[in-house]
Amino acid sequence: MLNLILRRFAIAIPTLLTLTIITYLLMHSAPGGPFTSERPLPPQVLANIEAKYGIDQPLYKQMWNYIVGVVTQFDFGPSFKYKDQTVNEIIARGLPVTLTYGVLSFLAAVLVGIPLGIFAAIRQNTAVDYFANAFAIVAQVLPNFVLGPLLILFFTLWLGWLPGGGWNGGYWPHLIMPVIALSTSYMASVTRIMRSSMLEVLRSNYIRTARAKGIPEHIVIIRHALRPAMLPVISYLGPVFVGMITGSFIVDSVFSTGGLGYYFVNAAFNRDYAVMLGVTLLLGALTIFFNLLVDLLYGVIDPQIRY
Amino acid sequence: MNPTMKAALFASAVAFASGPLLAAGTHPVTGEALADEQVFTYRVLDEHTSVDPQLVEDVSGSEIVRDLFEGLYNQDAQGNLVPGVALSHTTNDDKTVYTFTLRDNAKWSDGKAVTAGDFVYAWRRLADPNTASAYQWYMEVMGIKNAGPVMAGEMDPSELGVKAIDDTTLEVTLENSLPYFALTTTHTSTFPSPSWAVEAHGADWIKPENIVVNGAYTLTEHVPNERLVRERNPMYWDNADTILEKVVALVINDDSVALTRYMAGELDRTEIPSGQYPQLKESHPDETVVFPRLCSYYYMFNLRDDGPEALKDKRVRQALSYAIDRDIIVDNVLQGGQTAAYTFTPGATANFTVPAVDYSTMSQADRDAKAMELMAEAGADNLDVTLVYNTSEGHKKIAIAVSQMWKQKLGVNVTLENQEWKTFLDTRGQGTYEVARGGWCGDYNEASTFLDLVQSGSGYNDSKYASEQVDALLAAAKTSDNPQPNYTRVEEIIADDMPIIPIYHYAGNYMIKPDLKEWPIQNVEQNWYSKDLYKVAK
Repeated sequence: MLNLILRRFAIAIPTLLTLTIITYLLMHSAPGGPFTSERPLPPQVLANIEAKYGIDQPLYKQMWNYIVGVVTQFDFGPSFKYKDQTVNEIIARGLPVTLTYGVLSFLAAVLVGIPLGIFAAIRQNTAVDYFANAFAIVAQVLPNFVLGPLLILFFTLWLGWLPGGGWNGGYWPHLIMPVIALSTSYMASVTRIMRSSMLEVLRSNYIRTARAKGIPEHIVIIRHALRPAMLPVISYLGPVFVGMITGSFIVDSVFSTGGLGYYFVNAAFNRDYAVMLGVTLLLGALTIFFNLLVDLLYGVIDPQIRY
Repeated sequence: MNPTMKAALFASAVAFASGPLLAAGTHPVTGEALADEQVFTYRVLDEHTSVDPQLVEDVSGSEIVRDLFEGLYNQDAQGNLVPGVALSHTTNDDKTVYTFTLRDNAKWSDGKAVTAGDFVYAWRRLADPNTASAYQWYMEVMGIKNAGPVMAGEMDPSELGVKAIDDTTLEVTLENSLPYFALTTTHTSTFPSPSWAVEAHGADWIKPENIVVNGAYTLTEHVPNERLVRERNPMYWDNADTILEKVVALVINDDSVALTRYMAGELDRTEIPSGQYPQLKESHPDETVVFPRLCSYYYMFNLRDDGPEALKDKRVRQALSYAIDRDIIVDNVLQGGQTAAYTFTPGATANFTVPAVDYSTMSQADRDAKAMELMAEAGADNLDVTLVYNTSEGHKKIAIAVSQMWKQKLGVNVTLENQEWKTFLDTRGQGTYEVARGGWCGDYNEASTFLDLVQSGSGYNDSKYASEQVDALLAAAKTSDNPQPNYTRVEEIIADDMPIIPIYHYAGNYMIKPDLKEWPIQNVEQNWYSKDLYKVAK
């Protein structure tokens, strides 16, 4: 297992380096630049600004300076658009926000989706099952850019229970709607996958054997059916987890949470090179790290997997 | 004296002493009962670029800077100049030297006096290439002596035409005569900055823990992309007359969400999402506000040599302009109080009278007839044009309406193309388009901020229209005491040459809570100052 971890870390470095280079090239190939505006700057002013941010130099040199800055000083540079902030500051503020609502949403999806899926399967064609199916279909077809504003309409305007947005240091009333908006469709998928995988396992021969031996139903489910039925859910959850903790543009823009998801998309529109690179690198590193974690988890759950 | 009497006397003494305090609960001038909580919360679309006066680039940042810092002059609710740090100014006969007298009671939030030297420092800082401000060029708009060479790094910033005669006298020397110079001093990039704080903290001087301000409010909290809070600055010279205690800007990216949160009472002011004005006016008549703005919406033709041949014929351009029924765009598509435009400069611009250019006085039926005639004369039947605009529902609706008008009236086949904002700007700047959308808001309240766009040398002239006559008229207008005849003539020439098609003049659409008073809807530049606002008791 240690071997796997070391190997993965060794691959991570060239991967991130390649990510930096590709992102750099893609950014620069997009038309317009960070200082393109409706009021084109006089050439002299543009030259002064480009010199200040070092983007007057050849591309390879910019890239080199950037990498040196990141590696030696962990300095991701200044934001080109938000002059009062550096990329380090943006990340320091955005990452905890993103992680908080991402992890909570993931937990909500898992803690609701898995039990609901199990119950739907063992009570197939009963009210529980119909409810779970109905929920899964509605939740899946309701995109979060629709769900988010609906939640605000409902909880903030009509009921007056929750604040309509903002983060407020992660104070819990501000967390509820972002978590619902982000988790609902994943919750639906988890429910559906869990249900169908459980149904399949329950029909298998070894479960029939277990039942024939007279083992009580709840022990059949918990001890014999659950673990194999979980495998498809786990393989679905791996990438979902990474997707959730890397933030959501929709959640950040609808609820003004100030997470990285917003910067990730908007930095591209603004051609804010430093922010775009910094956030991309960070999310890339997170993706690599959590994929490794998920792989390790497989080994714990599925004894057939050996590292 | 028995104890009861003592108590009664004491009570009346307290009542007497608290008399003036109670009076503080009413507005000193209007006598209205004031709300106990003087907090103004408003929505901004996006995080501001900066609160550094010399670096700020965007509207929402400038709004904050106008609260935190005070320049030579402020604007009143109508947009007229009123004293800020400067009490008055004098000028020499040819209007090339302006001398400002500053008040001696203006203080920075750390107690230091605001001096002429602080303005000199700020203006040099703005022009200094090392500051790399995107508003460096504003020193050239102001016409300050040596601004060009200083910006180019050919001259030291100390050579800039601005100096402190003493602490309360600021002298500005201009390259040329500029009659409206004082108007330019309300721009946030000209506001003073505290050299000692900038030098001590570098780029971090504008963080709440370091900032030193001379405005009515100081920065107390900033959570990027979420909120910015400013609270009363007790050192401000006019603090006694300031009523609002606290101003909160909330970043809300989504228009509809902002409206919902306004309705839920979380905001005192928000923008009305496009298309919703008529409906909201019906349901909330005392909260919807509409007012003219110093902005114009237009289409531009690509007149470069390698541009489309057909559009080089002035008659085709005229026909395309005439065939647009602006009233339909304004009344049926936009429905937000915008006004039809036949000239580029909005009628709301100060000291500007909209000239009655020929086609503005015709009926739409006559314009349509004339358009068909012109097209036939030019022999441009079956014309194909591509109209490019930046991706937005609003621009799309207008483009569709216009393309239908062109198709039905003139048989023109229009291809609509939308592009992401920076790509779109690149397309326009490079001139790889046929017809493109444009929007322009004045930088100051004077017609030249619009008409400069059709000057051949202007960096903003994306249609690359060039007319020697227009250039000469505009150059002469710069130094003239009465530029209106020149502006009229320029608008007439534009209406004839039609390098651009003016479509409408913008309107501001806000929802404002009725207890918030004195929002300056008459100020077409929408330069508002929190110190002038207040909330009445509900």
